[in-house]
Amino acid sequence: MNDQKAIEIAELSFAISGKQILERICFAVFAGQRLFIVGPNGAGKTTLLRCVSRIITNYQGSIKVKDRNLRTYSQKSLAKILTYVPQSLGADIPFTVRQFVLMSRYPHLSPFSVISPEDEKIACDAMEMTQTVCFADRVMATLSGGERQQVSIAAALAQQAEIFLLDEPATYLDYKHQRDIHNLLAKINKTYGTTIVCVTHDLNSAVLSAEAIIAIKEGKIFFEGVPEKIMNEEILEEIYSKKFCFAEHPLTGQKIVVPDVIE
Amino acid sequence: MKTKVSFTLIIIFALLVLTAAPFAGMIKVPLSVLKNIDLATTEAQVFYQIRLPRVFTAFLAGAALACCGVALQAMFRNPLATPFTLGISSGAAFGAAICVIFAAYLPIPYGNIWFSFAGALAAVLLVYGLTKIKKGFSADTMLLAGIAVNFFFSSLILFLQYISDFTQSFRIIHWLMGSIDVTGYRTPVTMLIFTVIGIAVIVIQRLNLNLMSISDEIAIARGVDVKNARKIIFFATSIMVAAVVAYCGPIGFVGLMAPHICRLLVGPDHKILTPASIIFGGAFLTLCDTIARTLIAPAEMPVGVITALLGGPFFVWLLLKDSGKSIP
Repeated sequence: MNDQKAIEIAELSFAISGKQILERICFAVFAGQRLFIVGPNGAGKTTLLRCVSRIITNYQGSIKVKDRNLRTYSQKSLAKILTYVPQSLGADIPFTVRQFVLMSRYPHLSPFSVISPEDEKIACDAMEMTQTVCFADRVMATLSGGERQQVSIAAALAQQAEIFLLDEPATYLDYKHQRDIHNLLAKINKTYGTTIVCVTHDLNSAVLSAEAIIAIKEGKIFFEGVPEKIMNEEILEEIYSKKFCFAEHPLTGQKIVVPDVIE
Repeated sequence: MKTKVSFTLIIIFALLVLTAAPFAGMIKVPLSVLKNIDLATTEAQVFYQIRLPRVFTAFLAGAALACCGVALQAMFRNPLATPFTLGISSGAAFGAAICVIFAAYLPIPYGNIWFSFAGALAAVLLVYGLTKIKKGFSADTMLLAGIAVNFFFSSLILFLQYISDFTQSFRIIHWLMGSIDVTGYRTPVTMLIFTVIGIAVIVIQRLNLNLMSISDEIAIARGVDVKNARKIIFFATSIMVAAVVAYCGPIGFVGLMAPHICRLLVGPDHKILTPASIIFGGAFLTLCDTIARTLIAPAEMPVGVITALLGGPFFVWLLLKDSGKSIP
């Protein structure tokens, strides 16, 4: 990790039909950092990612990507630096996994050029790393949710972006696939120095894999710091308006939250 | 592999139709017209001045409509989106009808195309606006918006007919059925210009169509300026529909059937699907038109009747086929 800023957000606000979703958000993500964003439902986490990936454009304030104002990028040049992995891909995509992953090469093509063997190789490597090669020729619509999420990350990888923005990549997945996705993100981060910004509901996986955590509540940043600090009774109760029980991870000794007892 | 074979078959089909169509008809044209082009003979006259221009026009119209269908289906992520179902054709028809009635007062070159274009663009923006209010392009919303726009422009056309005189009214009705009725090369050449512009624009967008057919989020993440791409596609489809409707009337269902048949044959990738649909659509409409002018010869049917006869059941099949799975 170095001190270069991958993303710098200052005074970011966004309102939709009178409702304030984000309010004066300020933070920075360093190049190569693994940053997790947590917070209750409707806090504005997804909206924040959508602003940075330019799906939402009518925000106020400033977002800088690699020291350059987001608004000055063309969509294509931005896609070579930053990519967004949505919470879920549609369930009825008619393309094969290989076709879908190859589409990530489009930002690197001109309207008249064709997919080159080099592009094929990059897509293949991405599928190799994400262990999606074995179903490369299956149609996306026939995949399970977990497999689809792996493909989604394979595609982000094939795009060769330096910054990944992920919206709850492991939600709705079973234990094995959750673990696989988080391991994969850590591996990508280590291998390529990719900056990872990941929104999640899972405090434990955030604490176990993040280098920094941000908590958002009601559109404002409520907590910003290292993972150990957020595992604090008062802070978490304030964020989620409920009490938490803690335990120590038997292997790493880190403080984690345990599920509530059902009454 | 299968894709390549299917694409080749589509090209062979198109070549067969295009070579056979000018020879079909009441008057037998001997193959020798190809060797000595002597316009003094009736056969050569029929071949070069009537049939060839007609075949060209039909091919261009079919190609343009199919191209619009492919682009609209991808952009709206809706299998039923076509110039006809979205009301773009009736918008264009209204524009052209205005031109029929007021042509005497409007000395603009290609006035019919420009008026059709304005009508088409108005319809497309109206449908887009209506679906946007309801958020998301669900199949029902889109079809309802299309029906509403269709009704709106149809009633405007009825109003125009009511205030027009008898000959104008007859012209409008005949042309509304959708028929390819040309002699000479003025029409095909004009259509060629507009169609080539439209098709070129859509073909350049083929990669964006692939991404937009998945979701706007994915398209944006992969570097597509979605808002801009939409504008470009609206413009290109409007200009193509305008050119077709201005000369041939609102021919339905080609834009629906050609992309779907091609999708079954060559798959969903727009790099191949777009050219395949364009070629297939052209050949398909040429075939329909040849049937329309030979089936009850010496009389002729409007080609729109044939396409509607085939398209109606096809539309129902699509509705039933997709009712099983939900369209997000």
